[in-house]
Amino acid sequence: MSVPSETFKSLVKAAAEQVIASAPELTSLDQAIGDGDHGTNMKRGCEAVLGKLDAISAQPLDEAFKMIGKTLVMTVGGASGPLYGSFFLAAGEALSHDKQLPDDLADVFGSAVNAVSARGRSKVGEKTMLDVLVPVLETLKASAGQPDLIARVRSTAAEAVERTAPMQATKGRASFLGARSVGHVDPGARSSCVLVQAVCAGLEARA
Amino acid sequence: MTDTVGIVIVSHSADIAKGTADMVRQMVGSEVKVAFCGGNPDGGLGTSVPLIIDAINAAWSPKGVAVLVDLGGAETNSEMAVEMLEPARRDLVVVCNAPIVEGAVMAATEAAGGSTLAQVKAVAEELSAD
Repeated sequence: MSVPSETFKSLVKAAAEQVIASAPELTSLDQAIGDGDHGTNMKRGCEAVLGKLDAISAQPLDEAFKMIGKTLVMTVGGASGPLYGSFFLAAGEALSHDKQLPDDLADVFGSAVNAVSARGRSKVGEKTMLDVLVPVLETLKASAGQPDLIARVRSTAAEAVERTAPMQATKGRASFLGARSVGHVDPGARSSCVLVQAVCAGLEARA
Repeated sequence: MTDTVGIVIVSHSADIAKGTADMVRQMVGSEVKVAFCGGNPDGGLGTSVPLIIDAINAAWSPKGVAVLVDLGGAETNSEMAVEMLEPARRDLVVVCNAPIVEGAVMAATEAAGGSTLAQVKAVAEELSAD
């Protein structure tokens, strides 16, 4: 699938704007079980990405993803900076140096998810962003080529984020709370869901 | 002075980072290069990769640099900062699994005696052993 620069630009813009719009919700989730800065941190990072949007979308896809990753690393300020940064840096590594998305998106997404797991020394089931990203990866693999792939990814993300509520955190700041982390949706899982949903919405609008 | 391991202190709070560095300097004087940073890119509580990179370069020594951190994000951002250093420096920086204040003081004391990076890290991390 070839991705015209304008499409890529509008997808990045929509995803960043959606995260910025969700900042108050992310902050309130993080106040419940973390240190309350996830919304402002992600907002700062996404605003920095929007500020470089023209430069980013002028690049071949691999370089564009790496620029997004590096921008998030340098501006987010919390652990989510290196985590999301590593996601985009690894996706950039896995993409080719042109405007073409590979047929097998799950491969690129899988490399990105592995990088998040390695950076956070975390795995699925620990009440983190991986609890959205890994189910999304599984849907990308299982439903590759299906006409309703995007709708399946959307519902996977929406269901996965809710499943983080009953989990007990064992990684990150929420792990300090032990059993008291149970009952709250994980803020990182929510921001991952927001990003996935925004990209899906953008792709559906284009189709 | 250039022959001792450098120490970098990374806290979510600029006040804690500075206070820890003050304690280290009182213990070991100016024999060891000490740099610190704290706060997110907007100056609030948090950590910042560019500030950590600057601090590592400020404390740079040919014997390497030991980084002491407080909470999770400081560790994750410090690991990211190390990977973004110029390649020749990456292998000479370690992030220590140690309490920030005690770890910094122990690491700097060890460094002042001319120990290697591995020895400095080991001494700081003894504090985390059960």
